[in-house]
Amino acid sequence: MDSFLKAEGLWFSYINEIEEPPVKTEVLKGIDLDIKKGEFVAVLGHNGSGKSTLAKCFNAINLPEKGKAYVDGIDTSDESRLLDIRQKVGMVFQNPDNQIVATIVEEDCAFALENMGVEPAEIRRRVDEALKTVGMYDYREHAVHKLSGGQKQRVAIAGIIAMRPECILLDEPTAMLDPSGRREVMKTIKMLNRELGVTIVLITHYMEEAAQADRVVVIDSGEIMLDGEPKSIFTQVKTLRNLGLDVPQVTELCYELRQAGVDIPQDIITEEECAQALYKLLA
Amino acid sequence: MIKDITIGQYFPGKSPIHRMDPRVKIILTAVFIVMLFLSKSIWGLLVGAAFTLVTFFISRIPFKLMIKSLKPILPIIIFTGLLNLFFIKTGEEYFHWKIFRITDEGVNTAVFMAVRIICLIIGSSLLTYTTSPIDLTDAIERLLSPLKKIKVPVHELAMMMTIALRFIPTLIEETDKIMSAQKARGADMETGSLMKRAKALIPILVPLFVSSFRRAEELALAMECRCYHGGEGRTRMKQLHMSAVDGIAFVFTAFFLAGVIALNIIL
Amino acid sequence: MAVIKTENLTYIYGEGTPFEKRAVDDISLEINEGEMIGVIGHTGSGKSTLIQHFNGLLKPTSGSVYIDGERLWDDKARLRDIRFKVGLVFQYPEYQLFEESCYKDIAFGPKNMGLSDSEIDKRIKEAAAMVGLKSELLDKSPFELSGGQKRRVAIAGVMAMKPKVLILDEPASGLDPRGREQILGMLKEYYETTKSTVMIVSHSMEDIARYADRILVMNKGRLFCLDETEKVFARADELTAMGLSVPQITRVFSKLKEMGLAIDKEVYTTPYAVKLIMQRLGADQAKG
Repeated sequence: MDSFLKAEGLWFSYINEIEEPPVKTEVLKGIDLDIKKGEFVAVLGHNGSGKSTLAKCFNAINLPEKGKAYVDGIDTSDESRLLDIRQKVGMVFQNPDNQIVATIVEEDCAFALENMGVEPAEIRRRVDEALKTVGMYDYREHAVHKLSGGQKQRVAIAGIIAMRPECILLDEPTAMLDPSGRREVMKTIKMLNRELGVTIVLITHYMEEAAQADRVVVIDSGEIMLDGEPKSIFTQVKTLRNLGLDVPQVTELCYELRQAGVDIPQDIITEEECAQALYKLLA
Repeated sequence: MIKDITIGQYFPGKSPIHRMDPRVKIILTAVFIVMLFLSKSIWGLLVGAAFTLVTFFISRIPFKLMIKSLKPILPIIIFTGLLNLFFIKTGEEYFHWKIFRITDEGVNTAVFMAVRIICLIIGSSLLTYTTSPIDLTDAIERLLSPLKKIKVPVHELAMMMTIALRFIPTLIEETDKIMSAQKARGADMETGSLMKRAKALIPILVPLFVSSFRRAEELALAMECRCYHGGEGRTRMKQLHMSAVDGIAFVFTAFFLAGVIALNIIL
Repeated sequence: MAVIKTENLTYIYGEGTPFEKRAVDDISLEINEGEMIGVIGHTGSGKSTLIQHFNGLLKPTSGSVYIDGERLWDDKARLRDIRFKVGLVFQYPEYQLFEESCYKDIAFGPKNMGLSDSEIDKRIKEAAAMVGLKSELLDKSPFELSGGQKRRVAIAGVMAMKPKVLILDEPASGLDPRGREQILGMLKEYYETTKSTVMIVSHSMEDIARYADRILVMNKGRLFCLDETEKVFARADELTAMGLSVPQITRVFSKLKEMGLAIDKEVYTTPYAVKLIMQRLGADQAKG
């Protein structure tokens, strides 16, 4: 598979110039990461671990201090390709309210395409298509502020996929949603990945969401601590807890049982697997 | 409640007024305002009022909604009405008590002014009720685009207006929330002197400002991520074009305007 | 004694308009002193509207609310005093901070109560300690703090009013797992030390399951139930049908039941699940 997002020895710092002398905070400390086309990667890490900063390096919002970030082979520091990069890598943020520009659903969805200078008829076509993809077509003429959180977030996603990006970075898209909104958004994300082959990078605090990805990357104080399949990551219960993270409840249960000397497999991350294993144990 | 303010809120619909080109709507609203101020007599004003009523009827905007938009300016109507009623001393006297004197001219002017203000509000509310805010700013941007040549930042102004309109409901909701939260901490906003009440607004205004800045920052970032780079090379999904409805509207308005002018000359 | 009591409480939004909505419908309930109550219900179920009645922010369309035996809205002048008995912490409370220092912000509530300066100072220090806010942070501007710390300041601002009932709407939302854990742990400690009533509104059944004595479930403006945690989770199927998600562990055990295992207890926390399984295994070994 082709590499799509790539970081090579990536360093990034924030500089607070209000203080005298200016205070420099190193956020990313030499990140090496390679994300393939069509992958679904979940990024975990506690608040302030640098995961959002990393995401912003992949669409040239943040430019590396040292090292390189590439999108589809394009160096993100190449200013002449800025719009190409932003079109290839869409970004969805946590607060649905603060990323919707227009008052009416379809007009917001058209915003990126208008900026790109796409022909009006083509915009119409792509907006309709994007809204159908996320299941918000029936709401195309509705006012944005009357939608539920989950619906708003799907509109935000539609506004991104109308650009036809190859990759979408989602920065805690479900953090402000209720469980049903969370389910709606997760369903949409998975569909984009499985059916349309969009590369997904999902930053989240919900372990159940991360367990649905192909690959999990754990970041702590600006460095990659763990990187692998969900099964191999979540079974490292102790390490995750030390990093201020959680594991899915079923994994925690099996871990506790193993600690108590019960013979149960340790690579359990879904309900189904857990039920099967417990059945075998207890029946 | 703050939530009740409705001016500037779009009421979606499919009436001929809704379907009109927003540029035409803006121009005709301007013509309508001129019409109201041109009419010297109550008869001319009645033509203007008839125009307002017909347009209102065609727009199929619920009556209740319109009443709601009139409510906030009710004090102004009453105030100007009373002012005219008591301070115009010319004409035939109806009533006299101490310094108060009510004359027929006073009554006429009071009614005249009230009708004029009501028509003005209904007419301009119709514009905002039947036109989505985005269409409105879009139309303003296009109407003003010749000014770009003399370096007026027309696109930037229009974008600011769009965003302001988008965030009005959000900020209203937020204000409500902050007010409840401070009330829950015992804030008292309803009693006390003017000074005390003004001071009581600080716990509401500060959080509101802080959150607006945060929102602005996040929105700017989100816009950048969606390839926003100013007005240059930008296209629009919705193209504005005039249709038969707009032609009819022009003729219709011209007819009423002519009526007002004719009445001015005759009377 | 019931510290909060409602009788046929009904609240209608926008009465007489086309947007009329029965947000809270005929609710009668009693909440006792010293209870830890979890409140669940999906968005729009009326739970936020309900809790805003408990300290008189909303006036019932019909029915009554009693706080500490006193009926709200009988005497409007008493409203503010009664309101001080029920502390309400809204969702994302850090967005209400406004003072130049954390100290002053926490002081806002107690000051409104008209307490003496020395009493206010004492309460601020107690509340700050309760939420785990270091004393050197008190002089800092709340806007310089991290998200989690800001939230502690905001919660301390309500705790300093020493309400008989503390109600929190989604106190842990938007925080990372460690932040969640800390806030909820802190609330449990507050509950245990002050012995006051605590109500936590949350979407996370896992959190509710771990902390609540009783759970109040709202559905479409109506009270679905107010019952002991175990009894509520015994109705897991109904909760799921309402669109609520029961803890993962509860779902696993209902699956086991479907598969034919005899499990007579409701399982909703991991430690309990471990205990139950160990007991069964122990029994099996004893038999074997």
